[in-house]
Formats: sequence, C-alpha cells, structure tokens
Amino acid sequence: MAGSVRPLSPHLGVYRWYFTMGLSIAHRVSGAGLVVALVGLAWWLAALAGGPARYAQAQAVLGGWLGGLVLLGFTLLFFYHALNGVRHLVWDTGRNLDKHAAHRSGVLVVAGAVLLTLLTWLALLLVG
Amino acid sequence: MATPTSTPTATQGVAARVQAQASTRRGAKTWLRERATALALVPLSVWFLLSAVSLAGAPYAEARAWLAGPFNTTAMLLLVVVLFEHARLGVRVIVEDYVHREPVKLAALLLTDFAAAALGLACVVAVLKIALGS
Repeated sequence: MAGSVRPLSPHLGVYRWYFTMGLSIAHRVSGAGLVVALVGLAWWLAALAGGPARYAQAQAVLGGWLGGLVLLGFTLLFFYHALNGVRHLVWDTGRNLDKHAAHRSGVLVVAGAVLLTLLTWLALLLVG
Repeated sequence: MATPTSTPTATQGVAARVQAQASTRRGAKTWLRERATALALVPLSVWFLLSAVSLAGAPYAEARAWLAGPFNTTAMLLLVVVLFEHARLGVRVIVEDYVHREPVKLAALLLTDFAAAALGLACVVAVLKIALGS
C-alpha cells in the first residue's frame, strides 16, 4: 500500500542520545504510564460507588506497600508529564525554543517533578 | 504544473496520488484539542492533587460525602471527561507513530476510542451514582 513506503517518524535509531531528546521520550512514556493510572482512577471511583466493602478492599490495596510504591511512581510520572506539558505549552507560544533555553527548562522540569513528588509524599505522611 | 496538453487521465492519476498521501485536513483541530485539554488539566490537576492528599486513607462515609458535594462532583466530572479525551488523543498519537500496518493501526485506533469512551463513561456513572446518593 502507498502508506508503507512513505518516510515515517520518529527515527529512533539514527540519533545519538542527548538530554532534551531523552526528556521528549520521557514525556511520551510518562503519558502512557499515566493511562494505567487512569484505569486505577476508574477502579477507585467504581469501588467508592460500589459500597463500603468494595471501598475497603480498594483502600487496602492502595494502603499496602505495593500500592504505595505504584502510587509513588504515578506521582512522579504525573508531575513530570504535567510540568513538561506546561513546557510544551510555552513552546507553542514561540518562546524558549532555542537549544540553551530548552536545556534549562528541561532541567527545571526534572528538578521540579522530583521536588513536588517528595513534597506531596511528605504531606501524605504528615496527613495520614 | 498542469499544461493544456496534459490528458485528463494523467491529471486524475496525480489527483489520486495526492488524495492517497495528503492529510485529512483535521490536523489543526486535533492539535488545538490536545492543547485545550492540556490547559484545562492544569487547574483540574491542582484540585485533584490537593483533594487526594487531604482524602488519603479517608473512611468510606467521608469519601462519599466529599465527592457528593456539588463543587467536587462538578470538578470530578470535568476532570474525568477532559482527562480521558487527553489520554485518548495521546494514545492515538503513539499508535499512529509506531503501528504501521494499516489494518492493525485502524483496529488499535478504534480500540483506543472505544476503551476511552467506555472507561470514561464508567467513571461518569460512578460519580453520578455517588452524587445522586443511590
């Protein structure tokens, strides 16, 4: 068919890895990971609607060490994807597009994601 | 450039080739929708995060009462609808980039749309059930 002979992107194999490229892939990977979190949100809402017994089951899963670890991972994915999403929105206005600005905002996004994840879990431990 | 001497069949051949390779002209709409959902998710995410932290480990009655409040019901419905649309658009881009066999791609795209609609609707039903207290 005509479609199969046309050039296709992204060409992952032909580039040397560099920082902003890694962040770009990480945006996609974190987005895909958050789709799993979205299924989790649907599961939690269904449990809350399903009555006390199902809610207690869900809370037990989320409160366990494995549930906590997964939630911690989702928190990091969320903050990375959200902050990098804002970075993309700024780019869409035509700002910060040159190499050095992109590198700086990338460092900011990674640092911000780690910091906000730590702050969120600190707050969780203090509340809970 | 078409010249007066070009035959109708040759022109048709070019038209068919262009048709096969051209965009569907829906790119701008999709692009805007990706940005609009991303933008809407900024305040909704802040609300969700603050709520999740303050609600962590809450007993059943408290969690139900929280979600049944009109503000939280509205915010959760907005979040769910916008989030599933954002996720649907994102997964579609991933499928379009990596799945190149046309029938498989079409099936994956349809599956993405169906799954987003079904799961999103399930969330809406759950939220409404809680909001209406049944």
